[in-house]
Amino acid sequence: MIYREAGQFKTTYASDQAIFPIAQDRWVVLVLLLAAFVVPPLVANEYWLQAVMIPFLIYALAAIGLNLLTGYAGQLSLGTGGFMAAGAYSAFKISTAFPGLNILLVFVLSGVIAALVGVVFGVPSLRIKGFYLAVATLAAQFFLLWLFNKVAWFTNYASSGTITAPPRTVLGLMVTGPAATATARYLTALALVVLFAAIAKNLVRGRVGRSWMAIRDRDIAAEIIGIRPLRTKLLAFAISSFYCGVAGAELVFLYLGSVETLAFDINLSFLVLFMVIIGGLGSILGSFLGAGFIVLVPIFLTNAPEKIGLGLPVALQKQIELMVFGGLILFFLIVEPHGLARLWQITKEKLRLWPFPH
Amino acid sequence: MEILYGVFVGPFRDMFTAPGFLAEVLIGGIAAGLMYSLVALGFVLIFKASGVFNFAQGVMVLFAALTLVGLMERGIPIPIALVLTMLVMVALAFAIERIVLRPLVNQEQIILFMATIGLNFFLEGFGELLWGSNVKKLDVGIPDSSFIVAGVQVNKLEMTAAITAAVLVAILAVFFQKTRMGRALRAVADDHEAALSIGIPLKTIWVVVWSVAGIVAIVAGIMWGAKSGVQFSLSLIAFKALPVLILGGFTSVPGAIVGGLIIGVGEKLAEVYWGPLVGGAIENWFAYMMALAFLLFRPQGLFGERIIERV
Repeated sequence: MIYREAGQFKTTYASDQAIFPIAQDRWVVLVLLLAAFVVPPLVANEYWLQAVMIPFLIYALAAIGLNLLTGYAGQLSLGTGGFMAAGAYSAFKISTAFPGLNILLVFVLSGVIAALVGVVFGVPSLRIKGFYLAVATLAAQFFLLWLFNKVAWFTNYASSGTITAPPRTVLGLMVTGPAATATARYLTALALVVLFAAIAKNLVRGRVGRSWMAIRDRDIAAEIIGIRPLRTKLLAFAISSFYCGVAGAELVFLYLGSVETLAFDINLSFLVLFMVIIGGLGSILGSFLGAGFIVLVPIFLTNAPEKIGLGLPVALQKQIELMVFGGLILFFLIVEPHGLARLWQITKEKLRLWPFPH
Repeated sequence: MEILYGVFVGPFRDMFTAPGFLAEVLIGGIAAGLMYSLVALGFVLIFKASGVFNFAQGVMVLFAALTLVGLMERGIPIPIALVLTMLVMVALAFAIERIVLRPLVNQEQIILFMATIGLNFFLEGFGELLWGSNVKKLDVGIPDSSFIVAGVQVNKLEMTAAITAAVLVAILAVFFQKTRMGRALRAVADDHEAALSIGIPLKTIWVVVWSVAGIVAIVAGIMWGAKSGVQFSLSLIAFKALPVLILGGFTSVPGAIVGGLIIGVGEKLAEVYWGPLVGGAIENWFAYMMALAFLLFRPQGLFGERIIERV
């Protein structure tokens, strides 16, 4: 666990600017990635894949999306659920209108549509800031859900008002619909999240990410040094909504199978915001940590009382769950307001010097 | 043409041909707006004094109403139950200041906002744990019936709410302008550090302001509880108060009232006259769109402090 960069000299700019400048880090990440693709399908049972791993990956993607907007560009948004719904419903419309289209392409296209929606609702950000903007993005949340609920065209005139993922294959493997195995859906979600996380990581290291951070830290100063607020903010909204849209489409196609608008209500927006803040604002790794935390805590809270032999009434357990969840959020904010990613960073620093702290 | 007529002509024709009905809609809108204002007031008080965007205000309303009903169900007469509820809310303010706010001093606003969402979950579970989660009827002796003034139906409960809101705002105005504590509150709202340096105790101020917000929550809880029963959905009125808040400005008490009136009336008019065109149920988002339209012209809300930015 303890390793040092001693002896690794950076002789080119490229090696100095690498994502993982230390060789050991590169190896660890590579091994973890391989393990993520190989181990869970072999080891985990249906329940673990379906109830933990798949939602974790999908929420992580949504959290990355919101983190780009809120953590990097500094635009507080509570409309995540609405943007995810936009992605989900457009994925449904596209895949039913063009049954031959590759499902991965459908995901990307639905992300693009969600991005357009995001740009429209991002326009107020040019005039208003902070909590005013947060409340304004609630308009997107409520309006979009109302729209999908009211206009039957979005659900292909289904009498139940729900959208259901049609069965589709990738490389001959069934990945959506009721016949798809949990393993296939897990691998699809994993591949997508790895790809998009890599893109996001590179995005925030480059020119785009730096202009976002400049806008976040001091927008007027950023404007003076030549960053265009209009373009930068709208780009942040577009890319963030793209990620949320893809996550929303995955939520229907890979996880839930069939949903109504209720699945995308305001609670989903808050849930994703929790992941971003508990994980760490302005950190891609934090999005994963936060998503893992928020997915695992409720499962733990539901199962823990039974494990230690406490048979609680359902209503009571629900209330205690709420209290513990709220309490945990408060606890983590007080202990480390900058999130789990910061905790991880501190641990790494400490380990680097251990056992000689000076 | 059909659509254009429906949007631009039909509704106005309906308004002029039936002025009695229009008056009823307007009065209903004003009353509903004042109910929103009651909730928005709690937000404004806390934001003004501590810069915390208190998302838990909606749940505080629920918690206050639950406590009051729970005490009354145990046979405690209303005045004593009211006093006890007030004590509970003050105790809650102390607890929040000590446990949540003090460790988070000087953190960014978004962190404090998140903390109040955590508080929101906690209080929701706690309130239901203490008092049960079934729907309760709150009866404080205000009849939910109507009387007729000049041919227009007026709901007694809504009138009571309106009068209560007016009285509450008057009391708050006196408290803020005339008392020593009120002056200290305004000083803190203006500039934390300057207020600290002239010896205003920040901790006390925060407890006071959260207590006042708690008491405002009791009033809102009584009014909303009497209208629609005390149940979980009561906490969702926070979402009704948010557009009022951005319309009026986060830092303005009169803004909360005027914003509430505009939202209440606009919402009712839109729902009654334009709602059927798009299939109804627009009250969820219409207020937000309206507030957004206002914000495009005044980014700080109608009465918010002017935003001055320097590098």
